[in-house]
Amino acid sequence: MLVPGKIQHIICTGNLCIKEVQDYLKTLCPDLHITRGEYDEETRYPETKTLTIGQFKLGLCHGHQVIPWGDLDSLAMLQRQLDVDILVTGHTHQFTAYKHEGGVVINPGSATGAYSSITYDVNPSFVLMDIDGLRVVVYVYELIDGEVKVDKIDFKKTTTTTHSAH
Amino acid sequence: MLNGTEDEEKWLAEGIAGIQHYAFFMHRALDSNNLREALKYSAQMLSELRTSKLPPHKYYELYMRAFDELKRLELFFKDESKHGVSVVDLYELVQHAGNILPRLYLLCTVGSIYIKSKEAPAKEVLKDLVEMCRGVQHPIRGLFLRSYLAQISRDKLPDIGSEYEGDADTVIDAVEFVLQNFNEMNKLWVRMQHQGPGGVKEKREKERSELQDLVGKNLHVLSQIEGVDLEMYKETVLPRVLEQVVNCKDDLAQYYLMDCIIQVFPDEYHLQTLETLLSACPQLQPTVDVKTVLSQLMDRLSNYAASSADVLPEFLQVEAFSKLSNAIGKVIEAQVDMPAVGAITLYVSLLTFTLRVHPDRLDYVDLVLGACVKKLSNIPELEDRRAMKQVVALLSAPLEKYNDIVTALTLSNYPRVMDHLDIGTNKVMAMVIIQSIMKNYSCISTADKVEVLFELIKGLIKDIDDADVDELDEEDFKEEQNSVARLIHTLYNDEPEEMLKIICIVRKHTMAGGPKRLPFTVSSLVFSALRLVRQLQGLEGDIVGEDVPVTPKKIFQLLTQMIDSLSAVPSPELALRLYLQCAEAANGCDLEHVAYEYFTQAFVLYEEEIADSKAQVTAIHLIIGTLQRMNVFGVENRDTLTHKATGYSARLLKKVDQCRAVYACSHLFWVDDQDGIKDGERVLLCLKRALRIANAAQQMANVARGSGGPVTLFVEILNKYLYFFEKGNGQITSSAIEGLIELINTETHCDSTSPDSISDAFLASTLRYIQFQKQKGSVAGEKFESIKL
Repeated sequence: MLVPGKIQHIICTGNLCIKEVQDYLKTLCPDLHITRGEYDEETRYPETKTLTIGQFKLGLCHGHQVIPWGDLDSLAMLQRQLDVDILVTGHTHQFTAYKHEGGVVINPGSATGAYSSITYDVNPSFVLMDIDGLRVVVYVYELIDGEVKVDKIDFKKTTTTTHSAH
Repeated sequence: MLNGTEDEEKWLAEGIAGIQHYAFFMHRALDSNNLREALKYSAQMLSELRTSKLPPHKYYELYMRAFDELKRLELFFKDESKHGVSVVDLYELVQHAGNILPRLYLLCTVGSIYIKSKEAPAKEVLKDLVEMCRGVQHPIRGLFLRSYLAQISRDKLPDIGSEYEGDADTVIDAVEFVLQNFNEMNKLWVRMQHQGPGGVKEKREKERSELQDLVGKNLHVLSQIEGVDLEMYKETVLPRVLEQVVNCKDDLAQYYLMDCIIQVFPDEYHLQTLETLLSACPQLQPTVDVKTVLSQLMDRLSNYAASSADVLPEFLQVEAFSKLSNAIGKVIEAQVDMPAVGAITLYVSLLTFTLRVHPDRLDYVDLVLGACVKKLSNIPELEDRRAMKQVVALLSAPLEKYNDIVTALTLSNYPRVMDHLDIGTNKVMAMVIIQSIMKNYSCISTADKVEVLFELIKGLIKDIDDADVDELDEEDFKEEQNSVARLIHTLYNDEPEEMLKIICIVRKHTMAGGPKRLPFTVSSLVFSALRLVRQLQGLEGDIVGEDVPVTPKKIFQLLTQMIDSLSAVPSPELALRLYLQCAEAANGCDLEHVAYEYFTQAFVLYEEEIADSKAQVTAIHLIIGTLQRMNVFGVENRDTLTHKATGYSARLLKKVDQCRAVYACSHLFWVDDQDGIKDGERVLLCLKRALRIANAAQQMANVARGSGGPVTLFVEILNKYLYFFEKGNGQITSSAIEGLIELINTETHCDSTSPDSISDAFLASTLRYIQFQKQKGSVAGEKFESIKL
């Protein structure tokens, strides 16, 4: 699936570290969104980013800025602040997908299984999102003991995106 | 020169006209069955071939015209009913032609029919013809004449299974005939080099090369003779051919013919006659490019070996490897002036051969490399780029074959060859090695192999020479160093003792890399070491190593040294991050003092080295985030550190950043797990402080711009209030929250504030959150009920 042309957007929480990796991701899909991780050599990535895909507003942030790290309530605050349906963050190298009344918080984990001070035994993982109307299906791919395991989670929006009007 | 070509064109045209002229009359004679006339005119026609004015490619054109006419003549000769003369008589008749060249062409033509008629044994006619042709000693004329003889005799050789085979006629006669023709043709060909006017050597050689295939065709014919089996090839054909090749002492002929032999005869023959073939090489003229000949031979044999596994035992049986390597050794020794690139190319061919034929014989591979080392040692400094390219090819071949650097690392001569590379080429080769490791997921897992590896790639690891330090393009340098960093990640052994040794060796080498390289390599190594710490955490008890005790403490010492070295770059931001990583790791190992030290170091860097305001914001958040997770500190240490963190937070450059950092600090006093600190009062103090800063920011904005600043900070703080309220911090009251909401509303609707849809939406979703919590029911719901909106 990871061949050029199949993926329409790539959302990356950061810590690609070197430009080469960014270039590689660009070959999979030119629409690449990245936020800055604390080890990224590219200083111009933004701290947070928001984008709209279909009926969903997505927010992106590496997550080292949100203290306590990995704390869902604090992340929910960021979600409210960015006013997004789906918040994607990283930093913990641990996949999580959490639904609360304000929306969904997804952590795709570490694509490379890199060391983390926060998570012991990091399994490489990434997430594919299929956005269709008011529904998003989240597929998580995890490499556990040499095997790829896939899981899926469904989310549905109750209302269409409203744009704040003044 | 142009004049010469024009003249030649003229002569050719004249010659062709002549042939056509006489051919016309010849045809008339043929049509009227007039043998006498036919002979007369054909002889005259053939006299056009007596010219010595034409260069080979033009003479060829003339020859082809004559050839076509001779075919017609042959048809006529064949049909006795037309002319009434028996072939035997005819054979005698044509010998009356005045000039020798036409005479012999006619004789060959009749000879062809004579053999077909079987009135005499093929062998005798052939023998007669091949000897009679000696009458023409002019090189070009003689070559074409004999070529004609070869052509017409081709299908009439007494080969086994052919109709011309008899009791008296055997294959050996066919072979004799072809060999003799070949010998005579080669002599004529060689003579061309020395005859004629002074002239330009290149011109003569060009003309000779135009004729080479005429000579080579004979070898081709020999290879096609069915009856020439391995035995005959070995006993007769090859020795006789080689005799001619060696004795002619002509470098052009020798080179061409050696190559021809190799291309034309089957590979299994070459294997079985390897010694004979190779022994001819030193006997060739010193100017012959014998290395190309040998390379060709080895390439052919390599392909032969690759074609089928069944042939491999043959190679062993004839000891191909030792024969070839001896031959090469002799050639290189004999040709003292051979340029380096030539010798190395030979070794590349030999290595390719060895890898194909004897892949399991690492000792052979090592021998080849060793021979190359010896040659390289005799060269003071290898500067030829082509030679360097060949050395890279030599070193890459085992990597590609074995798909595994580890095998190459066991070859004792491998590093010795690399030692002879100049720095640029060493780096190229080092990248090849690293890429091979990446591609094949090779795992280099022992300390001694890591040592060998890092010696090999030393061009990337450190500056060997002062010379080309600055010349490297920045992008290229980055790519190089990133490759090294990647490489470090792949070095792994799950035995902690061995892993620590590996880390120490890598550290030793990378420390020599200097400030330019350290930022790339230190990170990788630090994380390797942190992984080891984590692995040790999981194990019971200490592992006592040989010299270095494998304890987390010891590893932390190494880590500190590694990160300290970044001060030479300087890379304070990276160092700070790495110190914090170590602090957290020390926390996991229950090493309070070590963790405290790391925080101290981090703060020192923050204070003294990190000046950029954006960098400070990130740095302080990293410090706060890490500190928040620490559970190893006693009260005093913790207090010192949190005090510092909040202090620095409040002193960030911009008020907005101050505010956010300070409310982040509130989490330092509230940790959610059971024995975590839960100091509600200090949490509130932080939040209030943040509020004050936000107020001040608001006022400053009013003063500066005449309008209010972002209300969003207040909403953020509100959210923090709600967070701790929900967690059960008694110091946070619902009235405080209500007050904050009111404040926000006031600020929002204040005249001087410009509308801010972002903070409005933020507030709205925050209020929604409160509503949602109210509706939750049970304890949480009750709590939130008290907030009146």
